[in-house]
Amino acid sequence: MALPKYTETRYRVWHYFYITICSCVFFFLIAPLFVIFPLSFNAEEFLSFSEGMKNLDPDAFSLRWYKDMIYGTKNPWGLAAKNSFIIAIFATLGSVLLGTVAALGLSSRHMPFKGLIMATLISPMIVPLIISGVAIFFFMAKAGLAATHTGIVLAHIILGTPFVVITVTATLSGFDHSVTRAASSLGSDPVNTFMKITLPLILPGVISGGLFAFVTSFDEVVVVLFLAGLENTTIPIQMWTGLREQLSPTILAVATCLIILSTLILVTAELLRRRSERLRGINR
Amino acid sequence: MSSESKQILTTDGIPLEVSLKKAERKNKIKAFLLVAPLLLFLLITYIFPIGDMLMRSVDDKMVTQMLPKTFKSMETWDGKELPPEEVFEAFYLDYKKLIEEKTFGKLSTQLNYTKNGFKSILKKLQRKMKKFEEGNYKEQIMAVHPRWENVEYWRAIKRRAPAYTSSKYLKGMDMYVNEEGKIVNVAEDRRVHRILWLRTLEVAFFVTLLCFLMAYPIAHLLATLPMKYSNLLMICVLLPFWTSLLVRTASWMILLQQQGIVNDFFVMTGLVADDARPEMMYNKTGTYVAMTQILLPFMVLPLYSVMKTISPSLMRAGKSLGGTPFIAFWKVYFPLTIPGIGAGCLLVFILAIGYYITPALVGGASGTLISNQIAFHMKSTLDWSFASAMGLMLLAGVLAIYWVYNKLVGVDNIKLG
Repeated sequence: MALPKYTETRYRVWHYFYITICSCVFFFLIAPLFVIFPLSFNAEEFLSFSEGMKNLDPDAFSLRWYKDMIYGTKNPWGLAAKNSFIIAIFATLGSVLLGTVAALGLSSRHMPFKGLIMATLISPMIVPLIISGVAIFFFMAKAGLAATHTGIVLAHIILGTPFVVITVTATLSGFDHSVTRAASSLGSDPVNTFMKITLPLILPGVISGGLFAFVTSFDEVVVVLFLAGLENTTIPIQMWTGLREQLSPTILAVATCLIILSTLILVTAELLRRRSERLRGINR
Repeated sequence: MSSESKQILTTDGIPLEVSLKKAERKNKIKAFLLVAPLLLFLLITYIFPIGDMLMRSVDDKMVTQMLPKTFKSMETWDGKELPPEEVFEAFYLDYKKLIEEKTFGKLSTQLNYTKNGFKSILKKLQRKMKKFEEGNYKEQIMAVHPRWENVEYWRAIKRRAPAYTSSKYLKGMDMYVNEEGKIVNVAEDRRVHRILWLRTLEVAFFVTLLCFLMAYPIAHLLATLPMKYSNLLMICVLLPFWTSLLVRTASWMILLQQQGIVNDFFVMTGLVADDARPEMMYNKTGTYVAMTQILLPFMVLPLYSVMKTISPSLMRAGKSLGGTPFIAFWKVYFPLTIPGIGAGCLLVFILAIGYYITPALVGGASGTLISNQIAFHMKSTLDWSFASAMGLMLLAGVLAIYWVYNKLVGVDNIKLG
């Protein structure tokens, strides 16, 4: 963004003003996340920087809260993490399976009532979570699935499928159907064609949809608050209770772990997106 | 016959048109069967339960079923004077049955919603009824408590006769049906819900505006910078996007608390005195700041994807034709970004209007929104029909916006990441 030499002063001023504003917004976006890192290594029980930390005194930093997160007495994080992972993995599998199959149907140009059906399938993403929570709770209570892992997994499948449907239909929109026709003309049956031709080509889209579904489930708290009993506590529920009752540095340790996890997911999603674009020949 | 002979036939001897139609239908069924499992799953676990909410919100069968004889005998009563003996008798029989079934408590709760004062007189009636003699129930019931002689209470019972009611929706708008059957506002000091609706709209509107003002410049920068820089900066947008909502809310709680970093900074720079640290959390300020940062990526991404498609040569052409950079921007660039603005604003507005977690944690009493009220009725007062009614009112608003969004942008065009 180097300015040409002939730029007038007022545009030069405006340009630097614009860059300053952008920097401020980027700072506003990203800085809050970086507050958590140093504070989670605090040796004291306060949620602000101690004098020692400001002077970079090594004694002011410790792994105390990470130890508390893992070994602390009566600590709920172990169970919560286990539940969160189990629920998220099953919810992701369910969403990916249902969502991908539905996206295949939706991308067919023969699909009847396309708009209406698409709107229905996307609706869990648009309807406010609190309303979804109430509706799903009524269903699960009637079906006897409240306070069970199955109930929460089903709820998260509902919330996760729209993301899979959107990403997979987007991938399929650039899909060259002549390759599947070529496969059929060479004598392949539809299932074989799907497994050998279609799936490998749309896999990046499927996986990135799956990542969305995973994150949705892993981070979901509103619906779980209605559904979960004591046995089904998850990481978000524990964080929610912790934030409501007392803000302990242990939460910051957990939050740091979650930020690392989301960084990993972000990197994976970006790599997949680029691979998908390359496969579909969009980029250059 | 002549037209038939002109028809093109396939090798099987079937007219081509019929054969094509058949193939088309087969493809349609095939496509539909692929969508069917998810559609069915969502219908059963999601769409019907929302319908169930609708039923719950208007359902008033409970009282109707508890006092069947009373309502039957009341059909001919005009409600002007005290009802005749037969109504009293029917009421006595109904209530006796409820006492035997031990469900009379529910009736007194329900009737008390309609008119205060039912609880005590029903309890008194239940005690006295054991000694009732047969016949002349009107006098016996009226002797229990003077309120039974008041025609207002009998009218209140009659108002509960229909199996469906709109009272929960009226309550959600701080209105109710008064004794004459007219819809009126509740007393000014008790209008809690209207304040919440207005506040929800206000917060959603200003959060959308703030997001737009902040997202536009950075989306423009991201779209015009060379790839290698913009990819790096894109991480600043995508990392918060992928990070847990609770983590982001937690970081705002740390930043905004009275002894927090933002306040420390204010004190350090001398903006405020150490003993006058402003309260930035547990009020509207906290809700605004946290929600804006959390929803900002949802504005940046649609804007970015639209701006990315605008060729830089358009701006250059505008300038070379004599426009100043500002005029070129305003007349050429800005109109081209309007689809992105529409998409981003509607998305952020829809998300903001139903926000629950962040206002509940950093909003305090003055920063909570309508969602928090719905959760409160689901969990604390257990008035599920009222929670359903409020939820559906919110849903109607969201669906209206969604419809506009669909017209303007199209659901198929939602871009993720």
